This record gives sequence, C-alpha cells and structure tokens, in this order.
Amino acid sequence: MASITVTVDGVKYSDEVEPRLLLVHYLRDRLGKTGTPVGCDTSNCGACTVHLNGVSVKSCAVLAVQADGAEITTIQGMSNGEWHPLQRAFNTEHALQCGYCTPGMIMAAADLLRTNPHPSEEEIRDGLEGNLCRCTGYQNIVRAVQRAAETGVTP
Amino acid sequence: MTTDTQAAAPELGKARTRKEDARLLTGQTNWTDNIVLPGLLHMAFVRSPFAHARITSVDVSAAKDMPGVIAAFSAADFGEQASLPCGWPVTEDIVMPPHPPMATDEVRYVGEAVAVVIARDRYEAADAIAAVDVNYEPLPPVLDMRAALEEGSPKVHEAGNKCYVWPFVQGDVDAAFRDAPVVVERTYRQQRLIPCAMEPRAVVASWVADEVTLWSSTQIPHVLRFALGAFFGIPEQNIRVIAPDVGGGFGSKLQVTAEEVLAVLVSRKVGRPVKWTESRSEGNLTIHHGRDQWQRIKVAADRDGRLRGLEVDLLADMGAYLMLVTPGVPLLGAFMYPAIYKMDAYSFKCTGVFTTKMPTDAYRGAGRPEATFAIERIMDELATELGMDPLELRERNWIKHEEFPYTTIATLVYDSGNYEAATARAKELFGYDELRAEQKARRVSGDPVQLGIGISTFTEMCGLAPSRVVGSLRYGVGGWENATVRVLATGKIEVVTGSSAHGQGHETAWSQIVADKLGVPFEDIRVLHGDTQVSAKGMDTYGSRSLTVGGIALVGACDKVIAKAKKVAAHLLEASENDMEFTAGRLHVRGDPGQGHSLQEIALATFTAHNFPDGTEPSLDSEHTYDPENFSFPHGTHLCATEVDTETGRVTIRSYVAVDDVGKVVNPLIVEGQVHGGIVQGIAQALYEEAVYDDDGNLLTTTLADYLVPSAADLPHLTTDRTETPATTNPLGVKGVGEAGTIASTPAVVNAIVDALRPMGIDDVPMPCTPERVWRAIKSASDTGAGQNGGGQ
Repeated sequence: MASITVTVDGVKYSDEVEPRLLLVHYLRDRLGKTGTPVGCDTSNCGACTVHLNGVSVKSCAVLAVQADGAEITTIQGMSNGEWHPLQRAFNTEHALQCGYCTPGMIMAAADLLRTNPHPSEEEIRDGLEGNLCRCTGYQNIVRAVQRAAETGVTP
Repeated sequence: MTTDTQAAAPELGKARTRKEDARLLTGQTNWTDNIVLPGLLHMAFVRSPFAHARITSVDVSAAKDMPGVIAAFSAADFGEQASLPCGWPVTEDIVMPPHPPMATDEVRYVGEAVAVVIARDRYEAADAIAAVDVNYEPLPPVLDMRAALEEGSPKVHEAGNKCYVWPFVQGDVDAAFRDAPVVVERTYRQQRLIPCAMEPRAVVASWVADEVTLWSSTQIPHVLRFALGAFFGIPEQNIRVIAPDVGGGFGSKLQVTAEEVLAVLVSRKVGRPVKWTESRSEGNLTIHHGRDQWQRIKVAADRDGRLRGLEVDLLADMGAYLMLVTPGVPLLGAFMYPAIYKMDAYSFKCTGVFTTKMPTDAYRGAGRPEATFAIERIMDELATELGMDPLELRERNWIKHEEFPYTTIATLVYDSGNYEAATARAKELFGYDELRAEQKARRVSGDPVQLGIGISTFTEMCGLAPSRVVGSLRYGVGGWENATVRVLATGKIEVVTGSSAHGQGHETAWSQIVADKLGVPFEDIRVLHGDTQVSAKGMDTYGSRSLTVGGIALVGACDKVIAKAKKVAAHLLEASENDMEFTAGRLHVRGDPGQGHSLQEIALATFTAHNFPDGTEPSLDSEHTYDPENFSFPHGTHLCATEVDTETGRVTIRSYVAVDDVGKVVNPLIVEGQVHGGIVQGIAQALYEEAVYDDDGNLLTTTLADYLVPSAADLPHLTTDRTETPATTNPLGVKGVGEAGTIASTPAVVNAIVDALRPMGIDDVPMPCTPERVWRAIKSASDTGAGQNGGGQ
C-alpha cells in the first residue's frame, strides 16, 4: 500500500492505495466520482479523460500513485453552478447521444481549447483523435467545440 | 384516433435541445457500473482460450483460497442449465443446439465462459481467475462457412454445421432469367463486425428473499424479464429488471446474455449482490457480433435497363450458438433486396451455418444493410454492363411517387415515398454533374488520384413490427408497444413508455409529442422508462421502432386521457359529453372556447373527486398498447465522392451528401444526429472495421487498437438534408431514423471506390477497403492487364 494525497474537483483526499490501482478506479470506486467512465482497457477510447494539473490525461493509463500531490479535475468539477461553455455548447449542438464518451470528450476538448483557442475544423478533428464516440459521427461534437471557442471557454 | 386537433402544434418539428443532457453533461449519469449496494461482490469469468475443445476438468478450489475470494463456480455447480433463449426459430426443422450460460463439456468459441469467480473487489476477482485450473482437449475449429458445409468438415454441434435453409420465391424466376439480354452475377462478402457501443456491458443482480432485481446495460429490460421468467424458472412477478442509463447499444444489447443469467444465479447462490463489468477486450470477444455473410446475387435485365428478376443466395454465419434473434437477422434482409425497384420475379435463399466463433446477432440495421449493400452494388455493376449512368438505371427501375402504395415483389406494401424528390435534392447538393466532369478530366489526364462517385438509393423496413406478420415468420414475441400517461394532481404529466432508450432522446421527443397532444408545457412532462417496476409492459428498443410504434402508443394514451377529461368537463359544465371539444389544452363546449376548463383544472377536480360524474372512476390516467398495421419505409439518396490514391491505395472521402426521407419529424436536431451517427457507422464498415479470427479461431481484434472504430480525424464532414413524405399508416406520419444512415452509407462509399478504379478493370474491393486492399486490387488488375480493354464509362 502507498499513501497518496490528491485534490479532486477542489476537495483534498488522503488515501492508502495499492500501487497497481488505476487512477480511474480510484476516482470511481474509492471517491465515488462516477462521472468519469471507463470505455476500454488499452487507452484508445478516451472516455476516462480528466485533467491532471490542468492537462488532459486518460485516467485508465495513470496509476493513482502517480497522481500523488496532483490536482485533478473531472467532468463533475467543470460546472461552477453554471455549466461550462463546452457543456452548454454540447447541449446546444446536440453533440451527445448516449453520453458515455461525453465526459472524456469535454475534458479533451477543454484541453484542446486551452492550447489552441481558435482551432479549425481539421485541428478539432485531429485534436480529439484520442476520444471515440459511437453515436454522433463527431460532426456535432466539432460544431460544439467551434461554438465554445467562439463564445470563449471561461465559465 | 381522436378528431381533436390543437390550434397550433408548436412542439412537433421543433429542434428542442435534449432533457437528458443535463445529467449526461455533468457526470450525474447512472451507468450500471456506478451502482454500489451494501455487500456488493464482483464477478470475473474464466473464458475458453480455445475455439473448440472438450473440457476434461475444471478445478476452482485454488481460486477459492485466493485473497478476497468469496466463491468460485464451474458449470457443475449450476446443475442442469436451461439454454439461453433463441426467440426466432426461422424454420420448422432449424437446428437449435443447447446453449448453456456456462459451458459444460465442450467450448465452441474463444471467450465462452467456463467458470466464475466472486470476490470483494474487481482486482481480486481478476487475480483469482488465473488460479482456476481448466483442462481442455482441443478439437478442430470450424472457421470458414463454405468449408463448414463440406462433407467431412469437423462439426460444431452433433447435428452438423447447417443450421437452416430458408427459401422465399415470388414470381417466375426462371422465366425472368431465361433469354434475359443481360445477366450480372456477383458475390459479396459482408465482413464480421463488432458493435462497440461505448459503454461496455455491465450487470448487477441482487436478491431479497424471493425477489431479484437485475440492473443491466440492456436495450430490452422487458424481454429480459420475460426470458428470465420463461426459461430460468424464476416467477416473472418476482423479477425486476432495470436498464439505467445505457451507453449505446446498436443491437448489441438486444440480447439475453450468459453473464446476465449467471449474475442472477450467482447472486442467489452467494446470498449477496454481485456485479460484473466487462473490459473492452472481453466485450469484443463475447458481445454478439454482426453481419458475416457471403452474398451471391444475380440480376437479369433488358438492354434498356429494365429489371426482370433477382436471385439472392446467402450463407450466414450464426457463430457457435443461436442467440436471441441470430437466425432471423439475415431474413430481415430477405424483404429488402428488391429495395426501391420494380421487377417481375425474385428468389432468396439463406443457409445458416454454425462456426466456432462468437455468435452473430442484431447489429444496427440487422439484415437490411447487408441487403442494401448487395443490391446497390450490383445496380452499379449492371449500369456498367449496360453503359448507363448508374443514377439513370436506378430511376428507370424505381417505384414512381405516384405509384404508392406499392406492393413490392417481396410482398411488402410500401405506403409512401418519393425517390425522385430525394434524389433531385441530393444531386443538387452534391454537384453531381460537375463531379462527373471532374472525374472524366482526371481519367483523361491520368491523375494518380482518381475520383469516384458512389450512389445509394435505399429504403428500409422499420417499425418492427405488426405482430401477425412477425408471427408468420416464427418470431417469438409480438411487435406492439405500450405507453401510459399519468395526469398528476397538479396537472403535470408523467409518461411511462415501454421503449427503452439508450441515447435516442426519448425523454425529449416523447415530451414534445405529449405537449402537443395534451396542450401542456414541454417542461411539465417527465418521461419514465427502462424499469419493469415502473413500466410494466414493453417490447423495448430496436429496429427503429421506438417512435413508429412506441410514439403511436403514446398518441393513443393521450387520446384516452382527453376522452376521460371530456367526461369530467362535461359534468362540471353541465353539458353533454358529445358537445365537448378539446383545443389548446382546454376542454370546452363546442363553439364556446371561453367557457371551459384547462386540463390542469380537470386534473385537480379528478384528484379531489368531490364533484364527479356518477359511475366514473376518478382518474385520467390512461394506458394504450399499439400494434402497427404495417412496417414503415424510410428512404433516401446518399451520394459519396471519394478520392483514391492509385499509388498508395488510400481512400479519402471528399464529400458526402445524404438526403433522407423519414416522414414527419418530431425533433430535427435528434433526427440529424441519428443520421450522422448512422452514416459514420456504415462508413466504418466500408473503410475500417473487421472482426478478424486467425486460423486457430482466436479473435485478433479484441482491443480498440486492433478493431478500428474511427475517430473524428478519420471521418468527413457530412452534408445532410431531408425530404418529407409522411407515412400514411400511422397518425404522426413518422417512419423511424435509427438505422437509415448505416443502411445507406456502406454501398455509397464502396460504389465510389469501385467507380474511381473502374477504368483499371476493377469491379470490387472487399470490405473494409483499407489502403492495402485497394492497393492489392490495383496491383492484381494491372498484373492481369484487366484494365486494357476499358471497362470505365
């Protein structure tokens, strides 16, 4: 067992964890942060994307012990009473159907807009390459990211 | 249906953003894997590493000694196991081998469950499966459908590898082909696909005394409850099935799975709730697969292009066992091969074949994408043979809009359609003539990047289904749907639907329907579904049936509410019930809308029941079960332009235009989303996806690194539009949209690739049309000099 201290969506936690525990399972099973789902076991789908110290990571490809001392933001920390502009844009543009990929897609899109505030359609498509969606065909996701970029991403 | 009409119908047709999004966007979704119960245990399965083997021993004792392990079971612990149900025995003499949830003496595909371990957490359960000792005696795998039917092939089951033969003949096929000036025959391969809904399957089972609750990521909570009751000895009234938020299905969760049944049985054995959530790799192995057919198709025509007859001969891979609707899937296609075309004769034959692979079953479109692919591909081949433009050939043969209703050679009655209008709009958006001109220029200049144009003028049968019709096809259940409308004391509305949504947006669309019917605000309506204790009756969601069947049930329930409210209003107004009208949410005497009551006032009067008509029960709540009179037939024209790099084989979709006619639209935002997603799933079959087994029967595409579900970067921008020809067989005029895109797009893409390469003498590229396959087709054509005599248009 290893001791870790992490801040998740603004709340500080100290825990004893097995070194092999994946961050996503720590979030889901230990902290009850079930807003972040798991979609695969090879870090291809991106459903579990969160921000680790402000940068998007696939939380199935990070061990909980690697997050020791880090600040983590999940989809559940994205709205501050009001929806984040990406959440609003995803709703307006109908960028989700079943919604399983949505938390990861929004977290990845937020990181994309952080590094490139005004991406072209091609840059959005390339930037979200690591996040798979089976429902939407991505077109409305692209539109939503464009809309959020236009309105600005500060909530 | 009621003759009452609303003054305005403000909700139908409105692009409402979705009610469901509030929880989905903020991480408050209730996926099955989120569920935690006191004392919850985790299951992990030991699965066969062999495609075919005799099990000589299973020893779970070492696993039981592992830390955190509560129990471990093999088939022997479950005694005599009932078979997982197949609800569609398509012929009298179909071979239906036993299919126990846990393998007993033989395994028949890699991934079949042979033991289960139950532990405190998912890591301990995963550790312990390695400690289960299973000994196998390998048997020869059966992997190729054609070889499986040969004399002397190893057998998957004692009864042999042929599951069934299903013939269907209409008209004089011999006459149609005899002396036909043009006959074209092709064989196409429908590769095996893996549905890959983003949410892996998950199950939680929990017993309290003699009652069991099963949460499952399923499309079919009602059918699942029925199956558990009918086949596994649990009284139906003691079973509650809940489909919480479900992260996509595409047919793959239209199933009664071994894991669901075993979760119920295991939970009862250990006396505690149990959970199982599959990993993606486990899911790719063991969630039912789709397609996997050989299609021999032959068409006879006159020189002017008029179709005379069509012959289709299928081999369909059942996999190792028959699951819920495995044998019936190819037969849904039987009725769709003639598509939108008129002809004199048609014959269809399907042979179902067992192999030692994961069973196949419904996958988005289920039989109809396969049929549409083959007919739309061979129409292009016929056009080439005749030297005609492929659109012109289609136009010469399709049913004209003034000919509806039209009985097709496959005996379906198409109620409505306008193929001319959809095609004209698609051509306009696409720039058909300009692209043909550019194609010609590139051919003349010998551009290494050739341009191809692919056409798909498709229709499909949706709205499964009229119960009598599916009954005549030996389908196991009815095709009705149920809805209840509850009018609450404050005038708010609860809608209970038997359609179980998993991404389709029922909560929004159903609210729009009810808002218009009852004249209540959209926001005042809540839609409940997916829990058999809340929604007692339902046939669930598949086959683009939710709106065309479930939506109409809802209309019927609303009509009954209005009829009941009229009786109450008449009493309060001291008027005759026959003189009552319902307009814009108000009940009033005909011709006097000023005097009357809102539905909300009637709701309160019903709740208090202080002043109520004699002999009338004080409730406006109404239930309606609707059995459709016919299928619905959405249609459309999809046009695809591909650029094919003849040096590398790389295919790029340059433009894609889809004009769909799904009848009346409840919510255009949702419809467009369904079309986008559907098209992309069809493009994925054309270009990217294939479930690959090696020569030993191991699945090589178990991960999303190997099975290429496309990303945003792999896909084009889509141009979509609609024409609107209402269905005439239901009061909303709706046709369904869930599968249209997938059915239409695969042939559009492959036709475009072949069209680009046609001058090189290429008339097919097997799917998925990867750069390697395209390059090999080009190489092989140039080696044989196939293109030297032309072949282009």
